Amino acid sequence: MLDFSILTDNLDAFLQGLKITIISSLIALLSSFIGGTLIAVLRMAPVKPLNWLGTAYVEFIRNIPVLVIIFFTYLAGNFGGMTAGTIGLTIYTAAFIAEAIRAGIMSVPKGQMEAARSTGLSYGQAMRLVVLPQAIKIVIPSLGNQFINLVKNSSLLAVVAGGDLMYQGDLISAKTYVTFDTYILVALFYLILTIPLSLGVGFLEKRMARSH
Amino acid sequence: MEFLAPFVEVYTLDHFKFLLEGFAVTLKVAAISIVLSFVIGGLIGTVRYARIPVVSKLLALVVETIRNLPLLLIIFFTYFALPEIGLEMEISTAAIAALTVFESAMISEIIRGGLNSIEKGQIEAGRASGLTYIQTLRYIILPQALRRMVPPIVSQFISLLKDTSLAVVIALPDLLHNGQIIYAQKGSYVIPVFIIMALMYFIVNYALSLVARKLELKQS
Repeated sequence: MLDFSILTDNLDAFLQGLKITIISSLIALLSSFIGGTLIAVLRMAPVKPLNWLGTAYVEFIRNIPVLVIIFFTYLAGNFGGMTAGTIGLTIYTAAFIAEAIRAGIMSVPKGQMEAARSTGLSYGQAMRLVVLPQAIKIVIPSLGNQFINLVKNSSLLAVVAGGDLMYQGDLISAKTYVTFDTYILVALFYLILTIPLSLGVGFLEKRMARSH
Repeated sequence: MEFLAPFVEVYTLDHFKFLLEGFAVTLKVAAISIVLSFVIGGLIGTVRYARIPVVSKLLALVVETIRNLPLLLIIFFTYFALPEIGLEMEISTAAIAALTVFESAMISEIIRGGLNSIEKGQIEAGRASGLTYIQTLRYIILPQALRRMVPPIVSQFISLLKDTSLAVVIALPDLLHNGQIIYAQKGSYVIPVFIIMALMYFIVNYALSLVARKLELKQS
């Protein structure tokens, strides 16, 4: 049976870790959404060198481990673990969100851009006011999936002493010598976050599939 | 040209050899894990597809739990917590075990999705022609589904190759681990070492992603 005194004795540490995990994931989601949208627009822009830049970023980042990126931001920059980890998560996730948004932009009929341009909007305005709002609506479920990945990947903050849930779990198990029960509790905390998110994304995906 | 000095110091034949040795461990652990995950994930995916009472539901619960946990936690758990209940493993075995548990759950979803994408009428046609359910699965459904699953499975292998880097936390002597040993010598070594490590991962994974894309195009 699970030793719940581990939970009650270390509740503050668990909750502190949970807080950092949530904050770091949310900040990384928001900033990689902004970054990913910019990269997607770069890849679609009518200027070739900008396309190359966007493509190079996406292809390079997607094909290297997120842990390598986090170690790099931690060692190369002058940041604390949580900041370095969140920046690393952002750099990595932005590449995936860029791909999702690009697919979203491509699924918006071309006529929308043409119609917007013919009413006198510039390319940038047409993109921002007409195409992007429609594209982003389509990619909401995949943004949800990226958020689940972020919550799970934010556990890598532990490796650079980022103070997240995984890190607190490591500290507690080192302090109490009760590794098994501590990690089970850490797992439960993660599931409290990820299972509702997964169910929500599944629900959104089904609703989107039906409306198409 | 001062900033180039650490590059010259880091980029020696010995260091390259050391990094490649690490990369060989990464590739080996990833390859063993993907084969095991394919077998286990294939079984789980098929059983869930066949909707065997109780078993399928139970597997669904296990798969969803694992998919919703961080891999790092599973690695820590395998190496540090399991010995508490008498299950002690060597570093590379623990790494392979943890990666296999995680990736099997992922691959079982790919297999199940692939099987579900084949029209149900084919099962009925197979059964009607006198084949048993198992035979229908084996000779009619699986061969078609497998072809559709190849691209996502290659993508999953890319994820697995990247995920193998997490085993540095239990000191698996992989690429990242050997890189850490080199850059620990001197602060200025960090950037040159990371450039090389990133390139090694990138070259292999990018090549694999091109293969996956080509297969996908071929099918559509």
